[in-house]
Amino acid sequence: MTADLVLEGVHKSYGQSAVLHGIDLALAAGEMLVIVGASGCGKSTLLRLVAGLESLTAGRVLLAGQDITARDPAARDIAMVFQNYALYPHMSVFDNMAYGLRIRGRSRSEIARRVEETAALLGLGELLARKPRQLSGGQRQRVAMGRAIVREPKLFLFDEPLSNLDAKLRVSMRAEIRRLQRRLGVTSLYVTHDQVEAMTLGDRLLVLHQGRAVQLATPMEVFERPADSYVAGFIGAPAMNFLSATLLPGGGGADLGPLGRLEFADGPRPGPAGRRLTLGIRPEHVALDPAGIPFTVDLVEPLGSETVLIGRLPQGEMLALKRAGGPPPAETLAIVLPPAQFHVFDAASGLRLDPARAAG
Amino acid sequence: MSGCRDWLAHLVLGLGAALFLLPIWLAFCAATLDPAAIDRGELSLVPRLDHLGVFLEVLRHGGPGVGPVWRMLAVSAAMALAIALGKIAISILSAYAVVFFRFPFRRTAFWIIFVTLMLPVEVRIIPTYAVMADLHFIDTFQGLTVPLIASATATLLFRQTFVAIPDELLEAARMDGAGPLRFLWDVVLPVSAANLAALFVILFVYGWNQYLWPLLAATSPRLDTVVIGIVKMIGIDTSTEWNKVMATAVLALVPPVLVVVGLQRWFVKGLTEGEK
Repeated sequence: MTADLVLEGVHKSYGQSAVLHGIDLALAAGEMLVIVGASGCGKSTLLRLVAGLESLTAGRVLLAGQDITARDPAARDIAMVFQNYALYPHMSVFDNMAYGLRIRGRSRSEIARRVEETAALLGLGELLARKPRQLSGGQRQRVAMGRAIVREPKLFLFDEPLSNLDAKLRVSMRAEIRRLQRRLGVTSLYVTHDQVEAMTLGDRLLVLHQGRAVQLATPMEVFERPADSYVAGFIGAPAMNFLSATLLPGGGGADLGPLGRLEFADGPRPGPAGRRLTLGIRPEHVALDPAGIPFTVDLVEPLGSETVLIGRLPQGEMLALKRAGGPPPAETLAIVLPPAQFHVFDAASGLRLDPARAAG
Repeated sequence: MSGCRDWLAHLVLGLGAALFLLPIWLAFCAATLDPAAIDRGELSLVPRLDHLGVFLEVLRHGGPGVGPVWRMLAVSAAMALAIALGKIAISILSAYAVVFFRFPFRRTAFWIIFVTLMLPVEVRIIPTYAVMADLHFIDTFQGLTVPLIASATATLLFRQTFVAIPDELLEAARMDGAGPLRFLWDVVLPVSAANLAALFVILFVYGWNQYLWPLLAATSPRLDTVVIGIVKMIGIDTSTEWNKVMATAVLALVPPVLVVVGLQRWFVKGLTEGEK
């Protein structure tokens, strides 16, 4: 697969404040890459730089082998779907979708054919004469996508397109976007703060944190092997539990203080004895065991098929756990933290520490 | 309770309307009276329907000191139209520049426009006259209209309208390939249509009612506006034919009223509709 969209050392600063600190990225043709991060991490800025709505401070953007860094948005052959749809309020659905083609001087018959094809694809055939204000939120979002699709661009950009929809519609539109993107095979960048969207839509995820790319990997890899404690806490709901620890001599285990000692199941970690660590374990991996550590439940969040329990360990550490079924029988439970499920991070840098052999 | 309040509201509205209509009705009745009767101060609230021909007469032949009223109405209409459309065209372009373009001293430019609010024609009338004289615009249609066209009020109003247009709309248009003029024509103007109509009504009436500047800038009878004409008909030495003056005054009211009534739906929408 050849790289279709390439970002090289993309920097963006507004005056003194740097928003993006050098992003490198290569998307294969037809790939859907989801950029995810908390608000203010620079993900929307990155998208707008690719669109040409903002100019780069340094770096290059290449699309299909051509350097488009200095090109006008219109000359980039990129279409964008906006968070608030940005439909032209005075134009009909047909005109909204046809506008870009008209400006590009396509013939009347070609425009009519392409708009109607796209409308049929999106189930908008009956609505072509309506104005945006006569449409529901979901229909508006479809029109916004239709406007992007009808131009047959080299690249789609999605800027949190589902965040204005209600929860149920969001789920169905999410599936529809995925289906359409696969079917059309257009390379896409999708920005979201919603980790469920990120996990379900992306071929790969790019996790941004404070203007830096923290991890670029498939969704399952991001979930199973988060690159640092920020990613570990950001992806997954409820968030991963973190405990402070220090490395034991030899690196084969960690000292969790009053909680005892932990033998690493997958091999020793590098570093001197006493190295400060952050150990992470996901709530679904915390198991109930009558012989385990006492756990006092503070808050019960029943989700139907499963229940989230938030509570305290004897020394006051907060911990969340997820168990199948309904609320627990008692307010005090006993839990075990299975050693095989721990993620090990360096406490100072936050970076993941893998077993010395694999890392070496 | 609400029925009672409705009744009261209608009473107040009716009284207000009567208060505004009374002088117009008086002028209408006076137009149909004998000139001599008005001179004696015998005003009537009942029109003499057999004298309605006075309106046709002033329209066709005018009165003492002035040409036919239809001509003056035409001059007034042309002037008011030129002022309203000229103001709108210039204000749209300047507001568009101030809102959508990043250029050096953008804020300064905006504040300079803002400051001219404090300089209406009456304040700058002598320098304006000198400039028009240097351009040989005195006693021409351009001289009558051009100095009244520059407008801070309209620029400010359009600025507010344009600022309310979401950024995403501009960005979507840029991605679609629309240049600045296309965006103005295809998106900004249609979206601001209601404000445009409202402003047109206000500016047309403003232009129609101009008195001081036309008095100075145009002396030849061929450029008499109807407002000037009314004053010219009130002679100082000769006896004034008050019925003709009143008839002209009533006729002078008709075009602005037609514009307001014709565009009132848009007018209200443009002044009250906030969200775009």
